[in-house]
Amino acid sequence: MFDRLSFPQPWLSLILFVIWQFLSDGVSGGSVVLGLILAWGIPQMTQAFWPERPTFFKSWRMPAYLLRVLFDIVVASFQVAKLILSPRKPRPMFVSYPLELEQPLAITILASTISLTPGTVSVDVSDDNKLLLVHALDAENSDEVIETIRTRYEKPLLEMFE
Amino acid sequence: MITIALYLTIGMVTLAALLNVYRLIKGPDAPDRVLALDTLYINAIALIILLGITLGTRMYLESALLIAVMGFVGTVAMAKYLKRGSVIE
Amino acid sequence: MSQFAEYAICLLLLTGGAFTLIGAIGLVRLPDFYTRLHGPTKATTLGVGAIILSSVIYFSSRDGGIGISEILVTVFLFMTAPVSANIMAKAAMHIGVRTVENTEGKPWDQ
Repeated sequence: MFDRLSFPQPWLSLILFVIWQFLSDGVSGGSVVLGLILAWGIPQMTQAFWPERPTFFKSWRMPAYLLRVLFDIVVASFQVAKLILSPRKPRPMFVSYPLELEQPLAITILASTISLTPGTVSVDVSDDNKLLLVHALDAENSDEVIETIRTRYEKPLLEMFE
Repeated sequence: MITIALYLTIGMVTLAALLNVYRLIKGPDAPDRVLALDTLYINAIALIILLGITLGTRMYLESALLIAVMGFVGTVAMAKYLKRGSVIE
Repeated sequence: MSQFAEYAICLLLLTGGAFTLIGAIGLVRLPDFYTRLHGPTKATTLGVGAIILSSVIYFSSRDGGIGISEILVTVFLFMTAPVSANIMAKAAMHIGVRTVENTEGKPWDQ
């Protein structure tokens, strides 16, 4: 198991190290040593849960995408709040969304984005990673939902993961 | 001014927690109850943060972090139990 | 504490509390499980995010520095909210929770 002193998941190790520094109230000698031990040990021990090599993507495009998502989360909350407080009944709808993305990580990011943004929650992915089941809280028709997700979120992700 | 806003907010979050408890008791299905518990722990985090501001101390933040982690694990475990009939396969 | 920080804290606290309350009202009012899922994943997450942000501003304007633990809690909440919503929806789909009559389309039966 501990066959060599390597970092099989470099990004995970880096994130673990940085978070440990944040958690331990300021950087000191002890926190750096313990952080390094954790950054080495946790990826080694969880190696069995990472079946694939880490996928590389154009991560410099990520901040712009995250800003867009953050803005949409605020808008989404206002829309949901308005809908919850208004007396009319919502028109919920299940939509099967045909995925263009292929990498599991990209699909995970898309599904999480969908769950946090206006009026939609992702429910399930089909076994062959081709369809995403989305529940819309209040939708006129399914094409509209698909179109919004396609242009607003999947396009930038496609560019990122090419 | 902050004190008034603080007490108003604590009132709103407490009311929200009570509404969650109503959904927790009423159900009608098991996933509804899991959802109510999930929302309840997020409200608990909000209340702890508000308590920290009221008392002017940062001590409670660690417990908020712990509740966030444990609550998430609990929600996933319960949802997995409902889906598969066991937590660890 | 500056006047501006005070207004910002009050505004964030009240919006946060309002969103948390609205999420809970949604949990009580909406008709079926899948619609109820929307309230907590969006409104409550943002509400708690706003409350934590007000705490960050409060402590940093009182004794300087930025609270990292608060930001960690926020990031963690925003990352876990969609995951727990997704896994609960999957569980509900497996059990076959009743949906409200005017729902268009159906969940799959895998």
